[in-house]
Formats: sequence, structure tokens, C-alpha cells
Amino acid sequence: MAGMLEIRNLQVRVEEREILHGLSLSVNKGEVHAIMGPNGSGKSTLSHVLAGKPGYEVTGGEVLFNGEDLLAMEPDERAAKGVFLAFQYPVEIPGVATMTFLRTALNAQRKARGEGELSTPEFMKKVRDVAGRLGIAQDMLKRGVNVGFSGGEKKRNEVLQMALLEPSLCILDEMDSGLDIDALRIASEGVNLLRSPDRAMVVITHYQRLLNYIVPDVVHVMAKGRIMKSGGKELALELEQSGYAEYTGAAA
Amino acid sequence: MADNMTSGLEKTGAEQALAQGFAAARPRLPGADGVDALRARAFGTFEQKGLPHRRVEDWKYTDLRALMREALPMAPLPDKDALARAQAVLAPHALGNARRIVLVDGALAPQLSDLDSPERGLSLRPLAAVLASRDAPVGALMAQPDEAVDPLLSLNTALMTDGIVIDVAENARIARPVHLVHVASGGEPAAMYTRSLVRLAAGAHLTLVEQFVAGAADVAYQVNDALVMELGAGARLDHSRLMEDDMAAINVSTLAVKLGDNAHLATFNLTSGASVSRYQAFIRFEGSGANVETNGVNLLKGSQHGDTSMFLDHAVPGCSSREVFRAVLDGRARSVFQGRIVVRPDAQKTDARMMTRAILLTDEAESDSKPELEIYADDVACSHGSTSGALDQGLLFYLRARGLPEPEAQAMLIQAFVGETIEAIADDVVREAALQAAARYLTARRT
Repeated sequence: MAGMLEIRNLQVRVEEREILHGLSLSVNKGEVHAIMGPNGSGKSTLSHVLAGKPGYEVTGGEVLFNGEDLLAMEPDERAAKGVFLAFQYPVEIPGVATMTFLRTALNAQRKARGEGELSTPEFMKKVRDVAGRLGIAQDMLKRGVNVGFSGGEKKRNEVLQMALLEPSLCILDEMDSGLDIDALRIASEGVNLLRSPDRAMVVITHYQRLLNYIVPDVVHVMAKGRIMKSGGKELALELEQSGYAEYTGAAA
Repeated sequence: MADNMTSGLEKTGAEQALAQGFAAARPRLPGADGVDALRARAFGTFEQKGLPHRRVEDWKYTDLRALMREALPMAPLPDKDALARAQAVLAPHALGNARRIVLVDGALAPQLSDLDSPERGLSLRPLAAVLASRDAPVGALMAQPDEAVDPLLSLNTALMTDGIVIDVAENARIARPVHLVHVASGGEPAAMYTRSLVRLAAGAHLTLVEQFVAGAADVAYQVNDALVMELGAGARLDHSRLMEDDMAAINVSTLAVKLGDNAHLATFNLTSGASVSRYQAFIRFEGSGANVETNGVNLLKGSQHGDTSMFLDHAVPGCSSREVFRAVLDGRARSVFQGRIVVRPDAQKTDARMMTRAILLTDEAESDSKPELEIYADDVACSHGSTSGALDQGLLFYLRARGLPEPEAQAMLIQAFVGETIEAIADDVVREAALQAAARYLTARRT
């Protein structure tokens, strides 16, 4: 049976330079996959291409999401189909209230799926429930989107969006970057609450540390634009010991 | 000098039509002898300069000689049909409990206006009646000590037909906003020359909203409006202007302000209408401690040309001014912002700041920004800044990755971009009206 996400021989260029050189990956629902790799291995490129960020040219291969051609879809169509990218660096949007943003996003997705839009009271209740479950203070919701947020608050806001939008595939791009250990723990707890048999996660990280909190089912080592090795969660611990030198060809 | 440069130019068809139009209209323009002499003098001043063109520095980006090919005859007094069309367009623009005053085709329409039982301290008089009265306040009606400040203002002085004269008595605080609506009823294309005067005595407060709307689509009418303000010591005027004229129209409007000691003017302008528009403000600080906040936004599309030009004259010490201007440009639209701040030798401790930002939604759109600081005092804080560029691609992608289709994502960012200027409007109802005007632009650019 084909997985929820099937990436086959994906080749991607950015401004004439090939970054992904034929990457293949299969993720089934309910699974948490970690993709680890050194800087410049193409991890973030992979996450951006999956979410549909402009500026990347796919020169070969395919990506199927639940059997559909993901790369043919606009970014908002992918979101409505259930793909969610938690950004490494969530942007600040001055002048857009967090609540307005959340409501517009949720209703846009519902509309695209042919579901009815939520009324204001329904939406408010849903946000309060989700924020309560994640321990997110109401005053964070009253500010502009990410405006003046600390690194930890920005990541928690990503997790809040994930919980509210209920995607089936979550791609977490370097969720640990810029977080101290407490913020990392809190954000990870939020992510773990969202693990479910119907939801897959792809956790992209440079460090093994994050995987102490979000324990993966499968670990992939990525280098030079390809998956070099796959294994169980013990592979992450091995990497912590030996580093990436084996995969990059550099001296340790 | 502009005069010399122009004197060598042949009169355009529009200029000839204006001269003929003035001669023909003069006998029936309102006003006693003193007013007639003023009109004649003003028209002479206009004729000497002619329609401004690109070699006139203040009009550098808005070559009216080229953009205004013809001068239309003055609009006739509105008949029953015109008033009915005007009435129909007023309903969707109702502004809460505001006191509405309606000018239809350049004439005050008492039938559509709420002139009765003004609050204590508030006086409302039709301009035509004031001009015709024996004691017409000719001096006050003139925008500046020098009436020849701008040729289009001179033209307005020569041809002004009607408007409203608002006086607020000392310390009177008028809570109910005054909503001055200019309706072009949509008959034959014609020209309207309106002027209003707002005088706030010491300590008086007023909220004034001006709105320009069309009663029918695709009528190429011409508006030349002037609003003259005098703010006494400690007076406060909250002024907003929403210009949503028809896309075929031309609108040239002048705001002329004099501020007394510690007076405060908060003024907001939104331009989304007219094929060619110029909104020019001449603001003069005559009393120390006065403060002006101006916020403006041009929302343009198609081949619209919108010019906002602000001339601030800090003539006395200790005044402050803030200018925040935004433009959103789609299609081949062109937005102009000129901001000149003069700080005269006596105007120590002036604090004057100006910031303009433009978002260009296409490669063909154009934004021209010309800040000018002329500072003759040595103890001042003045600054200006200007940016222009596309919508932030990073922000757009973030919104789209959360499920917003591209038009919705753009609309959200544009609303946020202009929201900063609209948020400055103090009155809730007026702020909401400005947000709705911005929303109408966003809807129109997507269809």
C-alpha cells in the first residue's frame, strides 16, 4: 500500500543550482519520521518544496500526497488538503490580529474542502479549547501575528495553528532552532499532543536533542540532497556520537 | 519662476474654455461686489499661471496641462432627477448619527441635508448665502494671506459656487460628527467648484468627514474643491476625507489650514476614486505648541493617477507634525506623494516627521515620492523616509501555507498595510467608514 506521502526521486533546483538530487521518502499515516542532516544538506529545501514555497524549480521526480500530485497544487490547496509546515522562522505580520488570521485561515480551508465556515462563537470556542489544551495564554491571541513574540512564543503559535487546523501531515522545519531547553520542551509537548494514528509528522532537525522530546518511529539521515540512511530511533543516537562526517565525506 | 515659464506657452483648449466659462458665469456667480472683485483678481492670477505642468516644481509629477485636456462647463443646479440620483447614492454611505450636509453638483442641497437645530455653539451656513451677504467674510474665506498660493486654488476662488461655512464657538465641543458629502449626480459631464470654510474658536472641538461619491458610473465630471480651516487656540479638529469619485472623473482638492496656539489637527485622507486626482494641503502653524497628524492612503488601480501633496509651514516655535502616507498600486496606476516641510528661522523646537511607503502590486505601477525639508532653524528634530516595493513574498507564502488563496492573502496584507493609517482615526464610526472604503477598493481590484 502506498504511504500518505510518497516522494520519488525528487530533484529540485534553486537558481540553477541543484539542491535535491533524487530524494525518495515514504511516510505512512500515524508515523513520525525524523530527517536529520548537516547544514546545507537540503532539509529546509525539502520542507519548502512540500509546502509549495515559490522560488524552487522541480526538475524531476514526483510527490504524491494520498495519491494526488502534491506539486501541482497551490500552497493554499495543499494546506486545505491537510499539509502543514511549521516554519523554522515564523514571520511577523504587523497589523493582522492573530485571531483574524486564525479565523481566516481556518475558514478558507473549510471553504476549500466544501465545509461550512465557522461562526464567530463556534470559532472562539474552538480557539479557546485548543489554546487551553496547549497552555497558551489568551493575551498572545490578542496581539498581531507573531509581533513582538519571543522565539518560544512563535513556535508555540505554530503549534497552536497546527492544533487548530488539524492537518494530516505536519512538517516541522527545525522546530528547535532558537529555543532554549524550556521552550523546546513546551513546544514539543504541544506537538506530542497532536500525535495520532491518522496523522503523520516529518520532523526536520539538525540536532538529536529535539528527538528526546518528539520520539520518532523512523530516522533518516540526509546529506548532499539525498536520504543516505534510514533506521529506527537509535540511528539518531548514533549520529549524536559519530556526527555527520561519514555522510558528508568530510574529516570528522 | 513658474509665471515666466508659462507665459511663453500658448493657451490650451482647456484654458481657453475656462476663460470663456468664467466670463459667462461671472454675472450669476454668488457674491456681493467685494466677492466679485476677488473672483476677478483670482481668475487673473490663474490666467497668468495657467494650468500647472511638469516644469512647475510643485506639480512636477502631475502635468495637469496634459492630463486635463478639456475644461467642462459648470454643472447646472441639480433638478429633481439629479437630487433623486444623489439621494440613492447617499444611503449606502450613511455615517452613524453624523449630521449630513450634501452638495449635489456643486450646490448645497437642503432637502438632503440636516441643517436644522444645530447644537449650541455650532453655526452652519450655505456658502452661496454667505457670499451674497453684506458682510461676507472675504478675508477668512481666503486660504492663505497670499491667495495666489496655487493656480487651481485661484481658479476655485474665481468660480466657487457653494459649500458650507461652519463656525464652532469658543469651547463648544460638538460630539456629533459633520458629514459633508459631495455627490456628482451623474448627468452631463460638468465641472463643480465648491468651497467650504471651517472655523473653530478657541477650545472648540469638531469631527468633520468629507466624502466624494458619484451618482452614476462612467461620467467624466470634474471637481475642484477647497476646504479652508482656521483653528483657534487649543481647538481640536478631527478631519477625514474619503475620495471615491467615479473612475472617469478628475478631482483637484485643496486643504488650507491655519493653526493657532496649541491647536490640534488630526487629518486622514483616502483616495481610491477619480482617473486623475490631486489632493494638496497647505498647513501653516501660526501659534506655538500646535500639532498636526496627517495620515493618508492612495488605493489605486487601472490607469489612475493620484497625487497627494502636503506643504507644511512651521512658522512659529514648538510645533510638531507627523505625516504618514501609504499607497497601494495595482495595474498601471501611479501615485505621487510630495511632502514639503518648511521650518522658518523662528520655529525652534519644531518636531516634524514624515514617512511614506508604497506597495506596487505590478511591474507597471509607479510610485513617486518627493520629500523636501527646508530648515532655517538650528534646534529642530526633522526626519523623512520613503520606501516602495512589492508585497512581502515571505508574508504572502506564510498566509498561503495556512490556506489563504492568493487574493485573500494579498487582501489581508494590504489591509494591514493601510490599517496603520486608518487606525489613527479617533471616531469609531468614521474609522469603520474608512475601513469599508478600503474594502471596496480590495473588492474592486479583484473583479
